[in-house]
Amino acid sequence: MTTINQYGGHTLNHHILSVLVQNRPGVLARVAGLFARRGYNIFSLAVAPAEDEGMSRITIVVDVESTPLEQITKQLFKLVDVVKISELDPRRSVERELLIATVKAPDEQRAKVVELVTIFEGKIIAVAEAVLTVSLEGHPDKLDDFEDLLDGYGIVELQRTGRVALPKLDRGARLRAVNKSLTSNTGKAG
Amino acid sequence: MAERLTGAAALIRALEHEQVELLFGYPGGCILPAYDPLMDSSIRHVLVRHEQGAGHMAEGYAHVSGKPGVAMVTSGPAATNLVTPLMDAYMDSVPMVAITGQVPTAAIGSDAFQECDTVGITRSCTKHNELVMTAQDIPMAIRQAFHIATTGRPGPTLVDLPKDVLQNEMEWYWPSDQEVLDSLPGYRPNVKGHPRMIKEAARMILAAERPVIYAGGGILKARAAEALRELAELVDSYVVTTLMARGAFPDDHPLCLGMPGMHGNATAVTSMQKADLLITLGARFDDRITGRVDAFAPVAKVIHVDIDPAEQGKVRRPDVPIVGDAKYVIEEIIAEIKALLAAGTVQADTSAWKSKVSGWREQFPMTYEQSEPGAALKPQYCIEELNRLASPHTIVASGVGQHQMYTSQFFEFNEPYTWVNSGGLGTMGFSIPAAIGAKAAKPDCDVWAVDGDGCFQMTAQELVTATVEGLPIKVALLNNSYLGMVRQWQEMFYDERYSEVFLNSTVPDFVKWAESMGCVGILVESPEEVGPAIEKANSITDRSVVIEFRTDASEKVFPMVPAGASNDDVILHPTQHDRAESLRS
Repeated sequence: MTTINQYGGHTLNHHILSVLVQNRPGVLARVAGLFARRGYNIFSLAVAPAEDEGMSRITIVVDVESTPLEQITKQLFKLVDVVKISELDPRRSVERELLIATVKAPDEQRAKVVELVTIFEGKIIAVAEAVLTVSLEGHPDKLDDFEDLLDGYGIVELQRTGRVALPKLDRGARLRAVNKSLTSNTGKAG
Repeated sequence: MAERLTGAAALIRALEHEQVELLFGYPGGCILPAYDPLMDSSIRHVLVRHEQGAGHMAEGYAHVSGKPGVAMVTSGPAATNLVTPLMDAYMDSVPMVAITGQVPTAAIGSDAFQECDTVGITRSCTKHNELVMTAQDIPMAIRQAFHIATTGRPGPTLVDLPKDVLQNEMEWYWPSDQEVLDSLPGYRPNVKGHPRMIKEAARMILAAERPVIYAGGGILKARAAEALRELAELVDSYVVTTLMARGAFPDDHPLCLGMPGMHGNATAVTSMQKADLLITLGARFDDRITGRVDAFAPVAKVIHVDIDPAEQGKVRRPDVPIVGDAKYVIEEIIAEIKALLAAGTVQADTSAWKSKVSGWREQFPMTYEQSEPGAALKPQYCIEELNRLASPHTIVASGVGQHQMYTSQFFEFNEPYTWVNSGGLGTMGFSIPAAIGAKAAKPDCDVWAVDGDGCFQMTAQELVTATVEGLPIKVALLNNSYLGMVRQWQEMFYDERYSEVFLNSTVPDFVKWAESMGCVGILVESPEEVGPAIEKANSITDRSVVIEFRTDASEKVFPMVPAGASNDDVILHPTQHDRAESLRS
C-alpha cells in the first residue's frame, strides 16, 4: 500500500469506473446496494446527468483490495439500468475534482493563506474576520497537496466532491476534432 | 382513438397478453382495484393462506412448466412476506413475476397504513424491480418484468403498483418487442458463446483422459437436457448432476454418477476431484459442491458454460469461459466435436478412467442399514419405497434438511422437471406450497412433497389451499421429532450437545391436523406398512394425502463432506469406512 493520505489518489488498489446508467428512480440505490451487499468498497462517488437525455454518469473510485475488479464490473453490469461501464486507467484519463474549505485566517497568517491559494490558482469565495472559505478545482493529486498545506493553518471544515473522469482523447482524435471544427462551419460562435 | 382502461384493467389485460393462466395471490387494501377486473378474466386465481405460499407456489409452477410463475399480493406485510420466495427464486434462477400493491402515490413516504418500501426491500432479492408511478406505464412495466424474468439467467422480478395508479385511467397499448428492447438499453443477455472458445472446448474434451461433465440447474433452465445427453453419449463421458440438476440427466443412464457435493455420493465427489477436465454446464461452483475451494478438483482444467458472465471466475477461474445459453452452446460444441472427429482427430483413451470410476461405483453405492424389528423407520427406506411405487412422471418437491438429502440420494430422477427443491437459499417449508404450484402446472402428474416435521410446521396451512382449490398433492412427512440436520451437526461437531433441536414427539398430531385441512391422514410406524400406505396415497386422487412416517432420529446423512473440509476427506457411511483407501488412489 502506498496511501499518501486519506484522500490519496495514488493508492495502488484504486480503480476508476465510469458507469453510464439510465437515469431512473433508485438507480443510485441499486449501485450502492450492490456494493454494500457484495462487500465492495466505494472510495468516492460522483453522479450527474450525462450527455444523452435520460442517462447519468456515475464515476466510482473503487477499492479492490479484497475483490477482483472484474467481479465488480460484471456484477454491476448485471444491473438492468447499467448501460455501459468503462474502466479508466489514470494514465489515459483526465480527472477533476472540486474542493472547498474553510480555513483559519487570523491577521498574522491571512497573507500566507491567500498566497497559498494564489500559488495553486484557487479562489477565495467567502471572507470573515478570522476565517476564509477557499475553493480549488483540479486533479485530485493537486487537491491532496493543497489540502495538506492548508491543514498547516487549521482547516475548520472541508468538502471534496469526489472525482469525475473521462478518457483522455488520443492525439489523433484530438487532431481530428480540431480539423473538423476548422473545416466545418456550424455557425456557432467559438 | 385508443381504448381507455383503468390501470387495474390494464394490468389484468397485460397479464393475459403475457399468457398468464394462473395467478397465486392474496387480496388486500392497496391491490383491491386489481381484484375487480380479475373476476372477468380468463386467468385463474389460486387463493393462498399466506403470501409466502403464493411465492413458493409460483416457483413450483415455474420449476416444472418452464413458464414464469406469477404471485400477486397487497402492500406492506404482504410484500414483506414475499421476500423469502423472491430470494429463493433469485438464488435458484427461477423465473417469477411478483405484483404488489402499494399505498397511493401521494401517501408514499408518509408511513401510511400498510406502507413499506417494497422496491427498496426487494432490490437485492430480485433480478429487477420497478415502482410504477402512472397508469400509462403499466403495460410496459409488465412486459419488461416478464422479459427480464424469463431471458438470460432467469430470476424474479417485481412490479409495485400504487393504489391510485391502479384506479386512474390510461390509454391501452401493448408495447412491441422492439419497444421493450429499446426501453432496456442496459439489458442484452448473451446467448451465443464465443466461437473460438467453443472450438477450444471441443478440442479439450476430445483430449481429456479423465473428463467429467458437471451439470447444474442451468441445463434445466435452458431446456438443454437432450443436448446434454447427446454430448455425454458422443464423448462417452460421465455426468454428475447437482442438487439443482437432478433429472437433467437420467439417473438410470450408465454414464450418470448422480449427485456430487456435501452429501453427494462418493463416486461423484471423487470423480470430480480426480478429473483432468470439468465440463461445467450451467453450474456455479457452489460451496456445497466444491467443499474447500483451494482443494477442489486440483488437477482439472475447467470449461465453464454459463449465461451469467459474473459466474465466470467468481469461484474457480475457468480455462475456457463460455458465456451463453447452455442449450445453444452444447449444440455448438457437439457440432464442433463431430467436425473434429470427421477431420481425423482421435479422442483420447478414457478406458482406464472409466474402469477406475466403475470400480468406485461398485464399492461405494448409496447405502444405509435397515431398521431392527420394532425400531423406528429408516427415512431412506421410506424414500426407496416411494420411488419404487411412484407412477410414471411423478414430480417430487422437498423441503430443506435431511429429508431433502435422502430424497436427492435415494429417489431415482430419470426425467427433467420432476424435482422441485430449494437449493441455494435452503428455505424450510418450501415443499408443500411448491408442490401445490407444481400440481397446478401439471395436474395430470402425481406430485409428492417430501417434508420433515420442522418444515411441515412452517407452511402446512397451504394444504387448506390445496383442498379448497382442488390441487391435491401427497405429502411424505418424515417425522423424527427433531430438526434432523441440525441434530446431525450437533452430534458430529458439537459433542452430541443437542441444543434446541428437539421439536416434540406427541404434538402436533399430524394425522388430525391433515384431516382438519381436508386431507387423508395416515400414520406409518413399521416397515411393512410403508408400501401399502404409499399405494393407498397413490390411489387417492380427489384430495391430498399426508403420510406421517415415524422415523429414526439418530439416522444421519452420509456421505458427508464437513463444511470447510476438502472433498478428498469425504466421510463415508460407517459400513464403507474400511474401503476409504481405494478412493485415494
